[in-house]
Amino acid sequence: MSESLSSSQIESMDSHDLKLVLPDIPNYHLIEVYESYGGYSALRKALSMTPEAVTEEVKKSNLRGRGGAAFPTGLKWTFMPRQTDKPKFLAVNADESEPGSFKDRQILEFNPHQLIEGILIACYAMGIKTAYVYIRGEYVKWTKLLQKAIDDAYARGFIGEKILGSNFSTNIYIHRGAGAYICGEESALMESIEGKRGYPRVKPPFPAQFGLWGYPTTINNVETITNVPVIISKGGEWYSKIGAPKHPGTLLFGVSGHVNRPGVYELPTGVLLTDLIYKYAGGVRGNKKVKMVIPGGSSMPPIRGDQIEGVRMDAESLKSVGSSIGTGGVIVIDEDTQLLKVLTRITKFYWHESCGQCTPCREGTGWMFKVLKRLSEGHGKPEDLDLLVGIANNIEGNTVCALGDAAAWPVKFTIQRFRKELEEEISSNSRGLD
Amino acid sequence: MFTEENLRKVEELKRRYPEPQGALLQVLWLAQEQFGWISEEVMHYVADLLQLPYSHVLGVVSFYTMYNRQPVGKYHIQVCTNIACMLLGSETIVEHLQKRLGIKIGETTPDRLFTLSEVECLGSCGTAPMMQVNEDYYENLTVDKLDKLIDEFKKQAQ
Repeated sequence: MSESLSSSQIESMDSHDLKLVLPDIPNYHLIEVYESYGGYSALRKALSMTPEAVTEEVKKSNLRGRGGAAFPTGLKWTFMPRQTDKPKFLAVNADESEPGSFKDRQILEFNPHQLIEGILIACYAMGIKTAYVYIRGEYVKWTKLLQKAIDDAYARGFIGEKILGSNFSTNIYIHRGAGAYICGEESALMESIEGKRGYPRVKPPFPAQFGLWGYPTTINNVETITNVPVIISKGGEWYSKIGAPKHPGTLLFGVSGHVNRPGVYELPTGVLLTDLIYKYAGGVRGNKKVKMVIPGGSSMPPIRGDQIEGVRMDAESLKSVGSSIGTGGVIVIDEDTQLLKVLTRITKFYWHESCGQCTPCREGTGWMFKVLKRLSEGHGKPEDLDLLVGIANNIEGNTVCALGDAAAWPVKFTIQRFRKELEEEISSNSRGLD
Repeated sequence: MFTEENLRKVEELKRRYPEPQGALLQVLWLAQEQFGWISEEVMHYVADLLQLPYSHVLGVVSFYTMYNRQPVGKYHIQVCTNIACMLLGSETIVEHLQKRLGIKIGETTPDRLFTLSEVECLGSCGTAPMMQVNEDYYENLTVDKLDKLIDEFKKQAQ
């Protein structure tokens, strides 16, 4: 937990209104506006440093990945081999497909140049000459917006050969996906860039040893990379003091579901979940009570509505209440919602998106969906909940990638935390059909 | 089969990757744009163009949901029914569209104007319920808004 920073300090951070990733500046997506606010000066600064010093700054910032796993970014960068003649790659993950997540598209639309600048700094730090931005196929508008920004940056000499007169050269290409949630998983994403079905790979070897076409590769999320120019400009130490000490910086929290003002809110990590719901997202529609909150995208363990008081939104705090920060996508569900219906829909998604490689996930997700569908249609008994937990336990940890866990957790933890409510729904559903 | 311009694009795309196979998904997108859908003939053509086995191309096309293996209507309506949209009434949206268009999910109207599909989360949870029609997103949907959009599409098609 955040022992080194008192809650009053975090509160004062909340009020700072710090917008590092989505600054409130009109037309910031245009290169001339971005440059007029100091854009691309972090790249200049980075180029005047050694690659090792750039990586060191990112390490010092304690920046952690924003794609779900919250892995330390600087540390990930150090896994890339330095002395090698092999080509190296950066893959930027803009596959954004976890239900409840809709933050990365805000960056692609409103701040694409900071993303590009971050990509260039990352490439410089790791000695990479080719970066791919993997954008989900449905994001046509955002692909065009980013392509325009890339073209403009090429035209001004920020991307390409001998960038800003240095010896550093990098190309950035957009790789458009074609509809597959699994390609947001880093090894499936690489398979997809290689022109294959998106089947996750067995790890190890990890991407830094054996990535795209077997060459050293680093995969970072869009939001993660967009934080990098700020870290280089202001310094790692400055950044490390924002928000929760063990998970510093701001996060783009996407709030959806039964709230009055759904949307993306950039706030320091460690913000109170209740502030996010009531202060920023305008509270629950119709002043209803919160029944359940899914704090980080649909695969994360849910929190009971009567237990959201005092919960803070950062990796360590959420871990301490048995959940996870995930992608920061907060789904708020009100008291009148049938949880069986919620769980059935979430499970249907993972069943649909399972790539089919591993038997526990391929078969188990379908079984869970069928049992849940039956229950929500009134043909079941409370003991079926144990059957569901049994299937979930047999999927969890028994698959090549984390999609298995992502499918198992909502089922397992919703049943664990809402058993009484679910049993009531089962019996009242069943009476209704008699 | 590809236009001159698309053939040039294929060559440019191949240069972006260490191996031409990397360009496969992008070349399939070009094919879908030019031909409207990915037929067996198109897959053979793409396979020859990139010197890949036909089976590999079929494997890829059948893995990703956005490659249409059948022709679709002029307006491909794709409604998100995932969790955030469901909480805010995507069921009503689907029901209304089915009634209005006289087709079920997965079907195309006899005049080939509309195809209706149910899709997974499109990353618009903050503007739910929503749908994608061809390349564009339509968000914060209401039944009223839907009716106006359908009227608009019908008018455009005339």
